Amino acid sequence: MIGLFFVLLILLWLAVNFVKDPTEFFSVFLIGLTTGAVYGLVALGYTLVYGILQLINFAHGDVFALCGLFASTIILSLFDLSGESAAIVIVGGLAGALIIVMVFGSVLNATIEFLAYRRMRKAPRLAALITAIGMSFIVQNVGLAVYGVGFRSAPDLIPRSSAFSIGGVSYGWNKLAIVLITIPVLVGLTYLVTSTRQGKAMRATAQDPDAAAMMGIDVNRTISFTFVLAGALAGAAGLLFLLQFNMRYDTGFELGLIAFTAAVLGGIGNLSGAVLGALLIGFIQAFNEGLTWNAPGSDWTRSIVFGILIAILVFRPEGLLGERTPEGA
Amino acid sequence: MGTPRQLGGRARVKNALGGGPSGTIGKNWNRLPRRVRRFLPLVIIVLLAVLYPSITDTLRGLAVIGDFFPQVSSMVIILVFTMMAVGLNIVVGYAGLLDLGYVAFYAAGAYMSGWFASGQFEQVSFHLGSVGIAPEATGIHVSLWLVLIMAGVFTAFIGILIGLPTLRLRGDYLAIVTLGFGEIIPQFVRNGDNIRGFDLTHGTFGINPIDSPGFGEGLNGSLGLPLSFQSSFDREKLFYFTILALLLITVFCSVRLRDSRLGRAWIAIREDETAAAAMGIPLMQTKTWSYALGAFFGGIAGAFYASFKSGAFPSEFFFNISVFLLCMVILGGMGSVWGVIAGGVVLGWLNIEGLAVIGDRFNDAAGTNIEITKYQFGIYGLIIVLMMLFRPVGLIPEGRRRRELEEGVHDEPLYEARG
Repeated sequence: MIGLFFVLLILLWLAVNFVKDPTEFFSVFLIGLTTGAVYGLVALGYTLVYGILQLINFAHGDVFALCGLFASTIILSLFDLSGESAAIVIVGGLAGALIIVMVFGSVLNATIEFLAYRRMRKAPRLAALITAIGMSFIVQNVGLAVYGVGFRSAPDLIPRSSAFSIGGVSYGWNKLAIVLITIPVLVGLTYLVTSTRQGKAMRATAQDPDAAAMMGIDVNRTISFTFVLAGALAGAAGLLFLLQFNMRYDTGFELGLIAFTAAVLGGIGNLSGAVLGALLIGFIQAFNEGLTWNAPGSDWTRSIVFGILIAILVFRPEGLLGERTPEGA
Repeated sequence: MGTPRQLGGRARVKNALGGGPSGTIGKNWNRLPRRVRRFLPLVIIVLLAVLYPSITDTLRGLAVIGDFFPQVSSMVIILVFTMMAVGLNIVVGYAGLLDLGYVAFYAAGAYMSGWFASGQFEQVSFHLGSVGIAPEATGIHVSLWLVLIMAGVFTAFIGILIGLPTLRLRGDYLAIVTLGFGEIIPQFVRNGDNIRGFDLTHGTFGINPIDSPGFGEGLNGSLGLPLSFQSSFDREKLFYFTILALLLITVFCSVRLRDSRLGRAWIAIREDETAAAAMGIPLMQTKTWSYALGAFFGGIAGAFYASFKSGAFPSEFFFNISVFLLCMVILGGMGSVWGVIAGGVVLGWLNIEGLAVIGDRFNDAAGTNIEITKYQFGIYGLIIVLMMLFRPVGLIPEGRRRRELEEGVHDEPLYEARG
């Protein structure tokens, strides 16, 4: 009841903002869509790993950040791309960079799993979580050691010129490209998990590792594959984030927590839930920071996101799209 | 024939089992009365701690190893964090609830000092037993001894507030929720300088100066106790003895709590929640108590630390502190008070002085120029991972906890097949 009332209040607030200044509303909406797409890619990594191991992979956000920093090296030093390069060079370079960074993320994530989490299979769940926190700090400091404390950014590779416009607000190619890259990745991932043999093995392992092993599934390999997949998503997200924002070694900590919140909001372990949650969180963040009428502002973003996290975990731990399980998660 | 037996069969068997130190010292040690064996090491450590400020200069003057002895002011900080770690151990070690937001309690304690022992609220002028403050000074100035208790109670209350809705959650979700609170509370104090026009926390600037403890005119005259720590010539030593006393009280309470009915209930919950509930232990109530009591000590340590630094600054309350404290508990051994103290002192020392000294030595020896302190949290992360992988019970484990981890009675149903 209270929740419903609260949602109505927020909708009312959005409506007032919309009526007061539709242009601003649309531009903020589009920003939310873009950030939501990036959050979605990271959130999927959390949800994949949680689904199969019931482990909150704390290091995932930092893997994402390290991938983004690595992408800056690829784009600037290896391919030497800049805004003036020919269009074909830019497209080819970005595609190449995307593949390299995704492979990098996969290898990194699988290595972490192999070195640390694999040995924790039979340990108490909290022990694995603590290990993941430690891993998060290690990955963050690798980024610090290699890239220093400065912020990294990419040049304007994709023109900011308008791709289309709604309500008088134009949506730049640079933002549209992010959504355009995210969608095929999501479609491919869904296909992989729902329709391939490997995906079936993943779902079986998630349901019951012992029974899966008895049916001849190589559980360790399946878990490694999940980490490879999550790492590739983190790599893609890192590159896309870099194209839009500055990032440095500790960007991944906060973004990782936001993405985790998104995964919980949608129902952790649920792929479409993670994307839905990420879009919602993206919109909430954008509306909070961008709207002018009675918005709390960016000072409070973190509190709002964590407030949502707490509220969801306390009142509806299975999330928006999740199913209630005996464990209550 | 009978010689070995006459020496005491039990002691011999115990040595053979690895239960005590071997050799002649070990034999004589085991002959000592149980009480002495139990308390002698403790007395020696406390004596060393009490004497430390008087021998610091001598120790630091030593060749080669002199640098490795921390200054008294650093010792104060080390002990403050150790005290917090002992508090956190009540939650993480005894009750087995992973708390990733302990920094919130530290912040709450520090701001209690800021509110009740500084000139923050200049609209009022209220003095209660404060020392070293001009009588006409504005703001609330309550005696810091009182503030310490108030901070403990207030923080325990916050612990209950956080605990009540969240403690029914499963372990890893609870950890994340505490992390959330650990992030929200510092952001609240950072943004709390304009709550409907009211300046509650003074924003990013933080609150300073904060009063220091003291004994006032009366006790100064009659017993020669220091008037106010701040104006004293031996400021650091006075703070050091105070935190040492606070730490000893914390350790005493912690040990007594562990052996109490409540403590046994915590351990029962840690080992098997369902079985504990079946035995009639009220889960929520018991867990909330662990939260409240863990927070209580964190609040006192935070309030004391704010007074020592003479300020409460929001930039100090971040997630890494929570992990740092957790690392102390893990390194020492979850649930083992002595282990946590050892872990706290070692890591606290590394954090304040140790890493810098080791880094300098390393750079001198290897001719490199690595800023090792920059990577301190990476090093703590590494410690956490290595400990969890190779010695999850900690360096000085508690016997019961070790059996739990070795037998794996924790967290998993017995009937589940393991492959």
